[in-house]
Amino acid sequence: MTSNKVVEIDHLSYQYPDGTPALIDIDLEVYQQESIAILGPNGAGKSTLLYHLNGTLMGAGTVMILGIPVEKKNLKEIRRRVGLVFQSPEDQLFCPTVFDDVAFGPLNMELDEDKVRQRVEKALEMMGLKGFEGRSAHHLSEGEKKRVALATVLSMDSEILALDEPTDNLDPAGSRMLIGRIQSIPQTKIIVTHHLPVAVDLCERAILLYGGRKIEDLPVGELLKDRALLERFGFDADYAQWMYERNVKFQSPSS
Amino acid sequence: MKHAFLDHHSQTESPIHHLDARAKIIVFFTFILIGVSSPPTAFLLFSLLAMALIGIAFLARLPLGHLLKKVLVILPFLFMVTISIPFMKKDALGGGYNLGLGGLSISQSGFWILWNVVIKSCLGVFSIILLSSTTSFPQLIRGMEKLGSPKIFTMLTSFMYRYSFILIDEMYRMRRARDSRCFGRRWFWQTQVIGHMIGTLFLRSFFRGERVYLAMLSRGYHGTMPETTGGRFGFGEVLFLFLSPLLLFLRIYLG
Repeated sequence: MTSNKVVEIDHLSYQYPDGTPALIDIDLEVYQQESIAILGPNGAGKSTLLYHLNGTLMGAGTVMILGIPVEKKNLKEIRRRVGLVFQSPEDQLFCPTVFDDVAFGPLNMELDEDKVRQRVEKALEMMGLKGFEGRSAHHLSEGEKKRVALATVLSMDSEILALDEPTDNLDPAGSRMLIGRIQSIPQTKIIVTHHLPVAVDLCERAILLYGGRKIEDLPVGELLKDRALLERFGFDADYAQWMYERNVKFQSPSS
Repeated sequence: MKHAFLDHHSQTESPIHHLDARAKIIVFFTFILIGVSSPPTAFLLFSLLAMALIGIAFLARLPLGHLLKKVLVILPFLFMVTISIPFMKKDALGGGYNLGLGGLSISQSGFWILWNVVIKSCLGVFSIILLSSTTSFPQLIRGMEKLGSPKIFTMLTSFMYRYSFILIDEMYRMRRARDSRCFGRRWFWQTQVIGHMIGTLFLRSFFRGERVYLAMLSRGYHGTMPETTGGRFGFGEVLFLFLSPLLLFLRIYLG
């Protein structure tokens, strides 16, 4: 693992406008090309934490992205570097066609027309969506919508991808397909999920949030072995054990 | 869920479908202008316009029956507006026929007005239906934008197009939820529920609007929609556009 820090969060706290604390004193470091999972029950603050990565929300404390502090004056730069995919593709996809949606980011980056086309083509190809350019989002299946939503940030060529529940609402086949596609993305990934298998398949490290606090920060392999921790978070420890034994990535001597 | 698409048949393959939206918008609007500006006695011009439109429908491989059925949709509205016109007393001087129905008389010029309204609205609606059946909605919006339609207008229209389907889905879901919990209550109670549903739909749309805006910001939106790319103006378009001066000539010569 390179020691290049791409995300550095220091004593981050956030309260909702009504005063309810959503994040309490969070510290987090993410390194280049790492994939981390943010796990936790509903209302733990997972999405809220994710929204701090590109300045959608700004709380007390510091968030640094590639050495740049997330502040109002840097937002343009930050959003170029962090591609955030919202949970609902209906929110992410707002243009009349797939092409327009995937081109939205690059066009806002003021790239020239050829470059935009190249980016769109590449992003759609990576998501297995060649030929979908002219389709409207409401004619797509849920799985296709999720993949287009991912393509909309891939086309921006961001260094960091922040994905909010990427496999939510998908059937098992759609979920597997999407996981496969995400695995092929080389960028640093920060994935919010409450599905343990998603974390196992996609991530090396897991951050566990509960009630707005960071409870644990550990390799996914260790999480799978920690029955007490798993049970505290409502995960099926037997299933976790099975995933641990079955998965070659945990069987190498280094883990 | 299934929707009645606004741009039904717009994915058909035909020479008319392949034309650039700008050419089609200009030509079909010329049809409307020429139709509307002609005197009601220009029978030859009306028949030529109708024949030209039917010719285009034929070239576009659209089922004529379907198009005519769509034109019929305006009849109730037309009926509401025009029903009283032939009975207008004011024009009785132009030569009225007393039907002896309690003093009701039908005036000849009233009939001309009725004919005028009916033929012009039918031709106008037929033109618009042809335009929307040969051009997909996104292309239509892009065409209007390229023809100089205000950006805020095209932006609002494209959002409306994108989200109307989602709103309709949400409404259907709510209606289903209501019907599955409602056992033949009284009509009055139902109106109250419908009121709640409209309120809920409004709130959901409002919050969705917020989330969509955040998704736009996350991809570098800074207040103006990026310029859309694409579109070509070739020989076919020029040839099709030639219909406009031809119509104008006919209008001057025959009107």
